Amino acid sequence: MPVTELAGRRVHVDDEGFLTEYGEWDEELGRELARQIGIDMTEDHWQVVRFLRDDYQVKGETATSRRVQAVGGFPVKQQFTLFPKKPAKKMAYVAGLPKPHGCV
Amino acid sequence: MTVIDPGIETDVRPDTEPRPGIVPNFDDDAEGRRMAIICSKGNLDMAYPGLVLANAALGEGVEAHLFFTFWGFDMITKSRMHHLEFSPVGNTAMHLPIGDRHLPQALAPVPGMTSMATRRLKKQIADLGVPEVPEFLDQIVAAGGHLWACRMSADMNHLTMADLREDVEGIISAADFIEKTADAQLLFI
Repeated sequence: MPVTELAGRRVHVDDEGFLTEYGEWDEELGRELARQIGIDMTEDHWQVVRFLRDDYQVKGETATSRRVQAVGGFPVKQQFTLFPKKPAKKMAYVAGLPKPHGCV
Repeated sequence: MTVIDPGIETDVRPDTEPRPGIVPNFDDDAEGRRMAIICSKGNLDMAYPGLVLANAALGEGVEAHLFFTFWGFDMITKSRMHHLEFSPVGNTAMHLPIGDRHLPQALAPVPGMTSMATRRLKKQIADLGVPEVPEFLDQIVAAGGHLWACRMSADMNHLTMADLREDVEGIISAADFIEKTADAQLLFI
């Protein structure tokens, strides 16, 4: 796996840039990841990201947009507002998780 | 020497050395891409492919239009959208729930078979966390998808906008649809 430098530290990522080590992430890094893709983190963003982090620990896979709505309680519309165009991938990226694999 | 395989650079570079700025490219590839999906089937199993693809397209930043026609019209008709069924009749590919055998077609029309198959399919879909058809359409609309109803299907069944989901944007003719989806990638289901 490649290594890249973000927020002054080295982190493991896949070829696209998604973090591959759950433990290498913290909120400071999350803020930097968000900045890389043009997102300024607000409390609303953090709530979604925290849900994704917690859910990943339970399920062992990244929640899809559907799950973020159905289980996390964040409506799809809000996800598109917070993480425009490609919410599922952007949420995963900022949360330091792999891209979601589910179809829905 | 000319390197024609762009991957060779990453192949030979040791992965332990930090590479600057590996950031996913989220923004430009979907720019301007549009998809139009024609939903012409009202069976439960044939309702899903269009919905799954429309939802995936929207999640990738691709504009999506769904056009409901013929039996696909049931997916947006208030009185029918909650009662789509899955029938094994004529579906020679259908497997039995246990073992790896096909359901004999002679058994397919037996009373109760369709409701049993429908229940089973609904459960399999729900187990994956995938919503039922009306709720799935809610999600697609929330994600920015556009729903259109077919003029000829509406006229054949004497249905008006009042009979359809509130978020259907209009009953339009085939020509209107062709116009609206100029340059879109088209999918007929």
